Amino acid sequence: MHFPLRSLIPWRAPRLVHAVDGVSLHVDAGETLGLVGESGCGKSTLARCVLRLIEPTAGRIRFADTDLTALGDEDMRRRRREIQMVFQDPTASLNPRLSVAATVDEPLALHTPLTAQARRARVDEVLEEVGLGAGLRDRYPHQLSGGQRQRVNIARAIASRPRLVVLDEPTSALDVSLRARVILLLGELKRALGMTYLFISHDLSTVRYLCDRVAVMYLGVVVEEAPARELFDHPAHPYTRALLSCIPIPDPDAVQERLALAGEVPSPVDIPAGCRLRGRCPLAQPVCAEPVPVREVAPGHTVACHLV
Amino acid sequence: MTPLLALEDLTVHFDTEDGVVQAVDGAALAVGPGEVVGLVGESGSGKSVTALAILRLLRPPARVVSGRIRFDGRDLLALSEEEMRSVRGAQISMVFQSPRTSLNPVLPVGRQIERLLVRHGGAAPGQAKARAVAMLREAGIAEPERRAGQYAHQLSGGMCQRVMVAMALATNPRLLIADEPTTGLDVSIAAQILELLRDLGRRTGAAILLITHDLGVVARLCDRVVVMHAGQTVEWAPVRRLFHAPAHPYTRALIRSIPRVDREIAMEPIPGAVPSLLAPPHGCRFAPRCDLVRAECTAHIPLREIEAEHRVACVAVEGR
Amino acid sequence: MSTLAYVSADGGPARRSAAVLLWRRLSRNAMSLAALAVLVVVALTAVGAPVIMPYDPDEPDAEHALEAPSGRHWLGTDLYGRDQLTRIVHAGRVDLLVALAATAIALSIGSVLGAVSGYRGGWIDQLLMRVIDTIQAFPSFILAMGIAAALGNSVTNIVIAIAITHVPIYGRLIRGEMLRIREMEYAEAARTVGNPRRRIIFHHLLPNCLPPVIVQATLAMGFAILTVAALSYIGLGIRPPTSEWGAMTAEGAGYIVSGEWWVFLFPGTAIMATVLSFNLVGDALRDVLDPRMKGV
Repeated sequence: MHFPLRSLIPWRAPRLVHAVDGVSLHVDAGETLGLVGESGCGKSTLARCVLRLIEPTAGRIRFADTDLTALGDEDMRRRRREIQMVFQDPTASLNPRLSVAATVDEPLALHTPLTAQARRARVDEVLEEVGLGAGLRDRYPHQLSGGQRQRVNIARAIASRPRLVVLDEPTSALDVSLRARVILLLGELKRALGMTYLFISHDLSTVRYLCDRVAVMYLGVVVEEAPARELFDHPAHPYTRALLSCIPIPDPDAVQERLALAGEVPSPVDIPAGCRLRGRCPLAQPVCAEPVPVREVAPGHTVACHLV
Repeated sequence: MTPLLALEDLTVHFDTEDGVVQAVDGAALAVGPGEVVGLVGESGSGKSVTALAILRLLRPPARVVSGRIRFDGRDLLALSEEEMRSVRGAQISMVFQSPRTSLNPVLPVGRQIERLLVRHGGAAPGQAKARAVAMLREAGIAEPERRAGQYAHQLSGGMCQRVMVAMALATNPRLLIADEPTTGLDVSIAAQILELLRDLGRRTGAAILLITHDLGVVARLCDRVVVMHAGQTVEWAPVRRLFHAPAHPYTRALIRSIPRVDREIAMEPIPGAVPSLLAPPHGCRFAPRCDLVRAECTAHIPLREIEAEHRVACVAVEGR
Repeated sequence: MSTLAYVSADGGPARRSAAVLLWRRLSRNAMSLAALAVLVVVALTAVGAPVIMPYDPDEPDAEHALEAPSGRHWLGTDLYGRDQLTRIVHAGRVDLLVALAATAIALSIGSVLGAVSGYRGGWIDQLLMRVIDTIQAFPSFILAMGIAAALGNSVTNIVIAIAITHVPIYGRLIRGEMLRIREMEYAEAARTVGNPRRRIIFHHLLPNCLPPVIVQATLAMGFAILTVAALSYIGLGIRPPTSEWGAMTAEGAGYIVSGEWWVFLFPGTAIMATVLSFNLVGDALRDVLDPRMKGV
């Protein structure tokens, strides 16, 4: 299963916010693609476009030979069985009036021909898979802890056995000790069920743990893409290198030189031509004002930079 | 070296409808002059409550049950509110978590600093404005004169935090308490803010008590670390020792549970769950989850020095 | 100042149900307990009226006209010799019924309008809101009067009149809640899972909009009763000989001067006590549900 995305530029009237600008990505069946970047880079927008929660302005989303952008409402609705999402805020993403069982049952009731009894059994199965246990089926969100709520979120997303799960910062709202567990759970599910994930996060250490390939976004474009280990061990793009250098390593003796980017992230409204990092990049040259080429620096490792 | 700040045996309870929440139980820590001390723990560990207790910012239903907070020779808990007010903002400042909501939304940021300078810094109103702008510049804000006239909502999260740091250091306090100052900030901005704290701290000689859950931050920035779990202080040590030879089982479990960006490791989450503070276990609160647990763990465990400057609250650890 | 996250990672005790919290809040002072008691009494007697009341509310009894309160007639008799107590209780049925029906209809229509309006936005929202604006442009009592006068004063028509004037309240309230809730992640999640739009609005979001509406409905019940009474007082409401609090008060007004104080006092007090009780219980409901509303 294969889906490339191309050229999505959602905008809001009246000025154009170039949230995502000409992005092409693909995720192969069974792999986990990590999408990283800081706030404003467009990764959340991209995630929502994949699910057509936001309509892309231009471009196509090909999912297993179907162009999602060309589907009508009802057809898209049916397709949703196959593409699901785990949201960031475990509390806000659960309907407070639905019990755990009702929440997890819903995708089954909407998309599968299973009888109520069969669904019941399946819900219990899924609750076991995510480590919650069938005993919690009748609880309501306010009776659960943050970590448990996020597991319900995950259970809902995998219940219908989707082919792709998009995870939008699934651990950011969780406490540090819970993060490890949820990440481990996601890893286990990936191995046991062969899940394909689009994993969006700003937490690079988690991404390193979970993802096969990583794409780095900045201000609406992908600046680097590589297999995970390659990206972390040999980052090429100045932005990636700067980002990695900013993450404090929990080792007081490690030598860490921070690669400073001047200033702050500019607004995605009026974007200068050429490389978007130009104003902040310590390596900027006059050539950076030209449209940026995408070069392959190693097998599977592409970088959008003039100077690489 | 006499510590600038020394907490002894601090206990804080919250009276709620569901019962008494024993948020902090016998906590201890010390900060030397000019030192950067990290206070580490997960949420629910009581670190924020401890910080608020130092500044006497706790209100009912919270109440300080016992303990001493010695700052510069005086016990802060024994001071009157009037005396405490001259300490807050002048000798001990605080930087909070969400910068935008911590700033006054209806005053331009420059004015907020000016007020502080006039009140505590003894500056004449005429000089205060210039000094406020200078503080903003030192905090790394470009075009400080223009920014001084802006309101909190016009500034980005990172810039708001810089303003907070400027405000906190404007009066040259001896101690700066920073409570998770980089939550919600992007990685690159967070790195800048932490560097700013460290540099300005060095330049003004202020000691910093940095409260965080991020061990990476602690490793890079702090001289000493105090680890808290479920309201109790479990370990305190110089930073290198904490990372190379952590003694308390909780500290060791915590270090093993974090994913790393610089290498591939096996992440091991801490088993069990943080105990409820409504009915916490007696003695060591980590005991129910600890694989070294023994009978003595249900009694009160004091902090014991096992090596120079390295104290642990655990009976299973060898040492003096 | 951040709140303390002291709940154990295993999930804390379940929050107490709204009913328990409501009871606690109501029992906190005498006034609200009394209010609850009044409502319970009114409701029970209204239901059981034909069985428990000894007299016939409509049967005239010329011999005992205008008798002061006594052992035989606890609240006295009116001009036609009818027992006041019996009439007041029967009138309670009518007033409560009308208020209940009107509120229920207004709530239903208003909720649907508000929900669709709030979720869809765009021209549907504009259109529906202008309709509601038009209704609200009239002072509600005048509008009720107008509708009652136009349709004629049967019980059904009164209910319709009051319902129409109340629709905007619920419409706007639900719309406001819907605007807030549709941005929440669970609304997005409902869409992601594959719910058709109608189910998202009515099955997922609307039930979460209801707490403030319930408070409003309780308060509006009191107002509905006042409207019926007022309409009947001026002759546009329930037709005699059906007993109705407002009509009875109107009748009794003519006898104040001549000294038969009981004819207007008791029905008037009934109106006041019931409306006040609805208000007090509604307030208590709001106090209980408000903090929970923030959790939704």
